[in-house]
Amino acid sequence: MINALKQNWFSNIRGDLLAGIVVALALIPEAIAFSIIAGVDPKVGLYASFCIAVIIAFVGGRPGMISAATGAMALLMVTLVKEHGLQYLLAATLLTGVIQIAAGYLKLGGLMRFVSRSVVTGFVNALAILIFMAQLPELTNVTWHVYAMTAAGLGIIYLFPLVPVVGKLIPSPLVCIVGLTAVAMIVGLDIRTVGDMGELPDTLPIFLWPDVPLTLETLMIILPYSLGLAVVGLLESLMTATIVDDLTDTTSDRNRECKGQGIANIGSGLLGGMAGCAMIGQSIINVKSGGRTRLSTLTAGVFLLILVLVLDKWLVQIPMAALVAVMIMVSIGTFSWDSIRNLREHPLSTNIVMLVTVIVVVATHNLAFGVLAGVLLAALFFANKVGHYMLVTSELDEQTDTRRYTVVGQVFFSSSEKFLESFDFKEAVDNVVIDLSRAHFWDITAVGALDKAVIKFRREGADVEVIGLNEASATIVDRFGVHDKPEAVDQLMGGH
Amino acid sequence: MNQKGEANMLRVVACIDGSRAAPAVCDYAAWASRHMETPLMLLHVLDEERYPAEPDLAGSIGLGSREHLLDELADLDRQRSKLALEHGHHMLDEAEARVQKAGIAEVVKRQRHDNLTDSLLALEKETRLFVMGLHGESSSDRDIHIGSQLETVIRSVHRPILLVPDEFTQPKSAMLAFDGSETAFKGVEMVAASPVLKGMPLHLVMVGADTADRWEQLRKAEKMLAGLDVEITLAIRAGDVEPTLHAYQDEHDIDMLVMGAYGHSRIRQFLVGSTTTTMLKTAKKPLVILR
Repeated sequence: MINALKQNWFSNIRGDLLAGIVVALALIPEAIAFSIIAGVDPKVGLYASFCIAVIIAFVGGRPGMISAATGAMALLMVTLVKEHGLQYLLAATLLTGVIQIAAGYLKLGGLMRFVSRSVVTGFVNALAILIFMAQLPELTNVTWHVYAMTAAGLGIIYLFPLVPVVGKLIPSPLVCIVGLTAVAMIVGLDIRTVGDMGELPDTLPIFLWPDVPLTLETLMIILPYSLGLAVVGLLESLMTATIVDDLTDTTSDRNRECKGQGIANIGSGLLGGMAGCAMIGQSIINVKSGGRTRLSTLTAGVFLLILVLVLDKWLVQIPMAALVAVMIMVSIGTFSWDSIRNLREHPLSTNIVMLVTVIVVVATHNLAFGVLAGVLLAALFFANKVGHYMLVTSELDEQTDTRRYTVVGQVFFSSSEKFLESFDFKEAVDNVVIDLSRAHFWDITAVGALDKAVIKFRREGADVEVIGLNEASATIVDRFGVHDKPEAVDQLMGGH
Repeated sequence: MNQKGEANMLRVVACIDGSRAAPAVCDYAAWASRHMETPLMLLHVLDEERYPAEPDLAGSIGLGSREHLLDELADLDRQRSKLALEHGHHMLDEAEARVQKAGIAEVVKRQRHDNLTDSLLALEKETRLFVMGLHGESSSDRDIHIGSQLETVIRSVHRPILLVPDEFTQPKSAMLAFDGSETAFKGVEMVAASPVLKGMPLHLVMVGADTADRWEQLRKAEKMLAGLDVEITLAIRAGDVEPTLHAYQDEHDIDMLVMGAYGHSRIRQFLVGSTTTTMLKTAKKPLVILR
């Protein structure tokens, strides 16, 4: 118990505190930017980032992962905020949390195994594209000053780390924001600043029950949004958890993470924040900066609020161009550039799954739809491929006038047609033997196809004998119990 | 079980680390291996924490940051693990030389990455007895010494554990702490079945008031141990559990204290309860913990 506490919180204090501070500095512009995407005051995103980071530090299933207000979630709220206002968003946030906790108890975290690697890549790329696209309104119909500022900001972010010594000590996004704010204030540029985008926090977050009527009608308004938010939040969180797992060579508790995200969102909703989830970009920054335990996440949240409350006079002066530069960096860092290089090497079906995921997300602005499309497509491709793993051979015994068909491989909906086509019904023989002892029947389509074959042979006047049907159809039963018995799997793979 | 492949053979597993207890662990393990006629395995557990030495606080992520970061971190870990592996090899070689001098011809050496408890749990099935030092690697500032992990190990592992002090003395007699509870009788059963104490004079000691009831319980336990065919001494002493047991041990010059870590008896509290840490620290003679 004490060991676990030590391990989870205090095994890397210096690295965690430093990384937490670096993350907090990067979280502020993101939280403001995502609030603007969702169409709410920056304080909603900032409160959300604080609450979610602090709560998830205690209840999350992946130490060292950063959760806060995110772009993926913000994009789903746009119409709800536009049509019904902030209070409905807060109510939807609470409901999202409840759904996520339920998902955690139902152990839906395990469903992530159906999300293939190409879908994850597509998700990540689509997210990067969405974050980038969300910056475009800030870059259209503006003076050249904004372009110059954004370009300068990106220059600082990517070149400052190359400066010896200081470059590795001071976060470059911070240098970018401070530098550009100073320039804008000194020169007195008339460009849009954070202050123009809405209210910033001036107090600690306070407990608020969303001001919505508790009716079925309200539920019907927020439910579709909450479902989408819950799904997208869990998807991004679990994907990020996998990335952090890989980076740190440790494991995470997925179902605990689901419940944790739910609790964090409920907390956020009650304190006037929007829904959020784990952040891929920030989690990478955290690991890169040396953060590993829950302490880094907690530090990020607490430091964010302190900064916001201390610096509120200055935050309003930050030019939007500086935020846009930071967000473009996040988008570039989130995008999986390897996936473009891999397009040439990977099989076509994999590429199609990835691209369809991206296209559906960009078209619908909903990551859940993209993932759904990707998963379905991947499943179809898989069924198609496995369907090829079926072979029917035959030999004729002329003495007894018997045709013996031997079926090897997987018979199911995708291969049953091929299965039927493998029989020569027009051949006039007295006896037909169908040997299934090395085949596997996976569903009732396969059984139906076999019945059809048997009937057809009978109509042609042949006597049909089916061998090994019991063994072959053992796989039809849902949950046939081989998963925990190696010898049973062995038997199955060896053809009984 | 009697295959020559030895895959299913039970072993004495000696947990070697860089502490000053390591030589004693080797000696006791060699003794146990000979005494129980059980082959010996030397185990070194690499439970190094994997944290980067130099955090990069630039806070920016660019093209392929994730992929680069993964390569970088994996490379760091590889270098560190290589060093740790090599260090472990040396320790195991030293330990091997020592047990060979003590007359054990055949030794299996093994290294595992993981924390100590999980490593021992993974080896449990092929283990008859674990041998560990009472004091761990205290030279390191990181909290990885066996001493600090003892408690968790004792609670989780389901095999007898021999905890040894820094100096080796040939064990000649043993003492079993006994409280007459149902679980204590289970402990007696375990002693009767375990080869650890084979052929060693045994003291059966109860702590508490001297009553006829207690004597009866002791006699019953003695009968259960008849199969061991050793000299059994029975005793009842009044007083607090810990000092009384230690005093008895000193008085009769007993080499090994045998405990069952079972149930919620007084002896369990004495052993695994809050006094464990001090108890383990004050122990100067080897302890056998039966599960």
